[in-house]
Formats: sequence, C-alpha cells, structure tokens
Amino acid sequence: MPDQVLSVHDLACARGERLLFKGMAFSVAAGELLLVQGGNGQGKTSLLRLLTGLARPEAGEIRWGGSPIRKVQDDYHAAMYYLGHANGVKDDLNPVENLRFADGLQGRRFDAGQGVETLKRLGLERCLDLPCRVLSFGQRRRVALAALLLAGATLWILDEPLTGLDVHAVALMETLIREHLLAGGLAVATTHQALKLDGVRVQRLLVGNVAIPELA
Amino acid sequence: MFRFLLAVLRRDLTLAARRRGDWLIAQFFFVMVASLFPLGVGPEPAMLSRIGPGVLWVAATLASLLSLTRLFADDHRDGSLEHMLLSPEPTVLLVLGKSLAHWLIYGVPLLMIAPVLGIQFHLPGEAIAVLEFSLLLGTPILSLLGGIGAALTLGLRGGGVLLTLLILPLYIPALIFGAGAVDGVLAGTGPAAHLSLLGAFLCLCLMIAPWIAAAALRVSME
Repeated sequence: MPDQVLSVHDLACARGERLLFKGMAFSVAAGELLLVQGGNGQGKTSLLRLLTGLARPEAGEIRWGGSPIRKVQDDYHAAMYYLGHANGVKDDLNPVENLRFADGLQGRRFDAGQGVETLKRLGLERCLDLPCRVLSFGQRRRVALAALLLAGATLWILDEPLTGLDVHAVALMETLIREHLLAGGLAVATTHQALKLDGVRVQRLLVGNVAIPELA
Repeated sequence: MFRFLLAVLRRDLTLAARRRGDWLIAQFFFVMVASLFPLGVGPEPAMLSRIGPGVLWVAATLASLLSLTRLFADDHRDGSLEHMLLSPEPTVLLVLGKSLAHWLIYGVPLLMIAPVLGIQFHLPGEAIAVLEFSLLLGTPILSLLGGIGAALTLGLRGGGVLLTLLILPLYIPALIFGAGAVDGVLAGTGPAAHLSLLGAFLCLCLMIAPWIAAAALRVSME
C-alpha cells in the first residue's frame, strides 16, 4: 500500500472562460481533514470534482500516494468516496436496496446485516422498507451517508455533507468524521457550518478571494 | 467484472419493474405508429405487405429512441451516475450493462409484439419469422448506438430532440438491412445476405459502441 497522501500541485481550474483559481497546492495526510471554505461560486465544488477525477484541471496535478490520479485511477477510485450535492439515492428503491445496488456498482459484495445496522445507526430504522421517494430531504441525505460509511473508503470527499441534516445528525456526522480520521482516514470537506472536531488535525483552505468569517 | 455487469443489469431491471408506466409507453408507441399506416394508406393487402417490413422497422427505431433519452438522464439527475463513474470498475462495462438492460426492457417486448403487427400488415408466416430474427439482431444495435447519443446529449436542454437527430442517421444501416431481409423473403431473393450484414453490424456495434459511449459519458460529466 503506498503512502496515503493526497497532494495537489500548482492546480488551476477554469469554468468556461473564467479562471476560478490557480497555483493551488496542498497536501492531506492520513488522519487529516481539509476544510475547504469560500463563498458561493468561488470554486469549492469545482475543486472537489477535480479531486475526484470527474473533471480535468486546467493546469497542475493531483497525486494519490505520489502518483498522478489518472495513472492509478482504479486504485484511487477504490480508495475514495465522493458525496456530492446530489445524493445518488434512487427514489423508487428503499434504503436497503439503495445500499445493495450502491455496493454492487462499486464492485463489492453487499452485507445486508451490516447495511441495516448502518441505517439504524443513522436513525433510519423506521424507514427501512419505505421507498426513498417518501423520505424527507434529510432522511435521503442520511441514506447517502450510510452508503458512504459502507463503502469503507480511505479518502472521503464530502461536498456540503451537513446540508439538510438536523442537529442530531450534524453531531453524528461530526462523530463519524472524527472516527474516520482517528482510524487513519483522510477527508476533504466543504461546509458553511461550524464543525466541532476535537483531537483531529484540521487544515483550512480558502478558495477564491471572498473573505468569510472564521468557522469552528 | 462479471459481477459488476450483473449488478448494473439487476439494478436497471429492478428500477424498470418499479416504473412500469415508462416501460409501457414505448410499447404502446410502437403499436400506435405501426397501426396508423393501415389507416392512412388504406386496407389493400398487397399494399400493406409491401410497406409492412419498412413501417415496422421504422416504428421500432422510433420507439427505441423514445426511451433512450432516459438511459443515463435519471441517474445523472439524482447523482448516482457520478458514483458509477467513480467506481473502480470500468465505465465500458457500465455502458454495456445499461445498454443490455435497455434492450431487455424495451427491445425484447418489441419482439413479442412485432408478430401480431406483422399479421396486421398481412405478412406471410415466413416473412414474420424473418422479421422477428431481423429485429432480434437489430434491436440490440439500437440500444448500443443509442447509448452513444444518450451519453453525448446528457444534461443538455432539449437533449431528446438532439439525440434523435444524432442517432437516427446511425440507425440507417440497421434499418436498411433489417427491412431488406424481410423484403428479400417477399421478393423471393432470400434474407440471408441482409441478415449476415445485420449480424456483422451488430458485432461491430458491440465492439465499438460501448467505448465511444463511455468516452462521451466522461466528457459530458466534466
């Protein structure tokens, strides 16, 4: 297993004609959280999509364990999980089925017991056999978080993970991120809300040039 | 690898089973388009069996186009497409699995309805058998090539119309060989040549189309 470090070198990102940022460099090691901050439209989501490999950078390079992610794409995608704005939850399926197919699409075997356990931990025990169509926004977000936990990825890339979550779920999310980091995982997250994370290393990265008040 | 293909297939088939309305629309469309022609051109049996093969093939291509816009669009909207592309499994297999599922959901039912419509067009038994066989070879081509168009037009406004304009020209070989095979039976020259070419075209599409569609999908998602 190579060193689990996500590093970014001289990264530039453009959307259409507009340059969002350039010369960005940082490195996230095992046990660290990179908190990406910045105003709306400054390029936080674009940065995260670059990190996943869904989009290509204008210039610069993203490396996983020292190798460019394009070269080690399969290993990288196996080690990484991206939770975007959209949940990736199918409305016609119930939460358990959603997790089963999410696992299948990642090429893993689904463990139903573990899946139900994870959903219960996220407070969805009363919704297990309901189609996700009838769940609330926050509950669907929780199903997506269950998929994140089940994926067992080393690197979490989270785009606004707290959107739509109530205070209990936010607290739970903080616990989950802390557990993940203490177990040697990495995380990159954008958020507009304050995160209470004690005992873990947190780096902050400001995207764009709009100053925002200090969070957390 | 095989398990991944199976997972994609099972997923799409389950989702289709939950939304039977979408599935039925394409079949009804096929029946309606094919049934309009006898009403429009009149009921002479000779005329109907002359135009029957072409009409049924055109109706089948249009019916498949109707459903193709949704091949990736639904997964794109709810974000599951991103997860699929970020899977360690190859995108080509994903596209192949989805095209195969599309064929099972929309192509196979067409095969079941087509003989009945063949009778409506006064086609002889042998011609109906060849029509079935040509559709068996041809409908997977529609799903495979349609995957390219669906990937290219993903996320575009008015993507459905653009998809039609992009993909219909690619369907032309399948249409010519498919309808030609049935015409061959009616004209007495035999269907073998047309069916061989249709089979060759299917092999070509199987080998090339998933790769193009996978590349198009990556471009569309950027």
